[in-house]
Amino acid sequence: MEIVKSSSAGTLDSCDIQIRIETNEIGTNEIYLKSVVEMQFGDQIKSLISGVLDKHNLKGVTVNAVDRGALDCTIKARVESAVMRALGREILEDWSVIHHDK
Amino acid sequence: MNRIHGKMIKPYKGPFDGVGKVTSSLREAIQRADLKDGMTISFHHHFREGDYIINTVMDQIAELGIKNLTIIPSSLGKVHEPLIGHIESGVVREIHTSGLRGKLAEFVSDGKLGTPLIIRSHGGRARAIEAGEVKIDVAFLAAPRSDKMGNASGNGKYTQCGSLGYAIVDAKYADTVILITDDLCDYPNIKPSITQDLVDSVVVLDSIGDPNGIASGATRFTKNPKELKIAEYAANTIMSLPLYKTGFSFQTGSGGSSLAVTRYLKENMKLNDIKASFALGGITQPMVELLEEGFVGCLYDVQSFDLTSTASIAKNENHIEISASQYANPSNKGCMASMLDFVILSALEIDTDFNVNVMTGSDGVIMGASGGHCDTAASAKVTIVVAPLYRGRLATVVEKVTSVITPGNTVDIFVTERGIAVNPRRKDLLEILEKTTLPLVTMDDLLEKVDRLVGKPVPIEFEERIVAKIEYRDGSIIDTIRQRKNTL
Repeated sequence: MEIVKSSSAGTLDSCDIQIRIETNEIGTNEIYLKSVVEMQFGDQIKSLISGVLDKHNLKGVTVNAVDRGALDCTIKARVESAVMRALGREILEDWSVIHHDK
Repeated sequence: MNRIHGKMIKPYKGPFDGVGKVTSSLREAIQRADLKDGMTISFHHHFREGDYIINTVMDQIAELGIKNLTIIPSSLGKVHEPLIGHIESGVVREIHTSGLRGKLAEFVSDGKLGTPLIIRSHGGRARAIEAGEVKIDVAFLAAPRSDKMGNASGNGKYTQCGSLGYAIVDAKYADTVILITDDLCDYPNIKPSITQDLVDSVVVLDSIGDPNGIASGATRFTKNPKELKIAEYAANTIMSLPLYKTGFSFQTGSGGSSLAVTRYLKENMKLNDIKASFALGGITQPMVELLEEGFVGCLYDVQSFDLTSTASIAKNENHIEISASQYANPSNKGCMASMLDFVILSALEIDTDFNVNVMTGSDGVIMGASGGHCDTAASAKVTIVVAPLYRGRLATVVEKVTSVITPGNTVDIFVTERGIAVNPRRKDLLEILEKTTLPLVTMDDLLEKVDRLVGKPVPIEFEERIVAKIEYRDGSIIDTIRQRKNTL
């Protein structure tokens, strides 16, 4: 899939995560994470974000994430929103049914 | 040097020795106290984050070239970050405290203090001082008001801290007591917390503390639904137990949930015409309201947290100042804590054996205070710990706490927003609570729930080096904190 614009989702509130997505020139995905729980959960959060990107077949995307202790469900939702916005598909009809995994 | 009962004595120099106690400067007072390399000095923490004294005194001591001191403040806050410089330059060698926070705490957690930090509870500190395990050579005690002889009290023209409970022990047991104030009043200052017979010098400074950092204004009630849920469960737990009847006694912490417990209790006390005999501890506005509305007979106050309580201790006869020893020293002839029915305490972490950590963050960095946690937990008939199941992404319920401040055999009930766990040791409480509609769970249930929600964290790694020793209230070492490994 192709990104049509840079996008963001989420806030810097406690228990939330802010995601910014933009294209890069290297062709692979890069994830930069700052987190209050980096030592304990840094790798898990990165792999979660990367999983969402893969699901949408995104390549050459840079994600800047600032995490304030969000749970996995929140992180996934914020990344999904940012991806949808980056793809220009905010008002997609099947938006609510596409990405419910177990 | 001549000592009687461990205390330095001065030969008789006539009836008026000591009349000229007011010294022209802090420097002169320090010199007069004959402070030397390697001595032990103390401070109190009644000014909390508004304290100017520790930094001012340490700067002056550094200027005088005195080194290798042991400092034993009753606690330290973020505001004491400049101590880092004094450690690096060799002025401070050893620190004993209840709490440690901010940059200074990170500095110590990184192993940069030469000798391990000693962490004591409030009762344990009073015990160690009275037992002579630590000998204070010079106590630097700030007081919002004092007269020229050192009759000192907690409410002055510029600053108000109410109770001076932690300072009283130091005043009684230090060889030399330097009283520091910014409000020198006419003699005599009546109803002093510290009396003139204990004070060597009086120093007047322009400013001793920032009123905004010393006591918060109005205590805001939490609106956080999680905290309210926890408070409601905790209050309902108390109300279900037979100890809850007229004449009961209690202490609550100053966290959001703890404060809200008082509010729920009050509604029920009003409804059922139940009155408490006394409330203890760090005193806050909700307790003062209980006193003024007649729901509690008296307040015993070792530390006044907000302006409502600093004002109350000055005007309400039944709002009584007590020393840290009277509060929680396990080795005197009976501390007030030993008369508690209920205590409600908070936790950073609690494990499946009910051990509680209030000192070390889940990242291994020191960030809290021991306070009266283990003292009151051991003493009260029913000890209730309240905390959310997780904060941010960090679990409160864990398999093993990062460090133990309060041992699990002194904790009876743990209340979260997801249920109430009763320590299996307290079958009597469990039997009563099982007959109620309260949501009882086990610690294992809670651990499983929280693991599912936040996931399994990568375990924190530590170096071999011990950076802090945690003393239990009786002086035994209950745990140690190791230097954190920086894995990022």
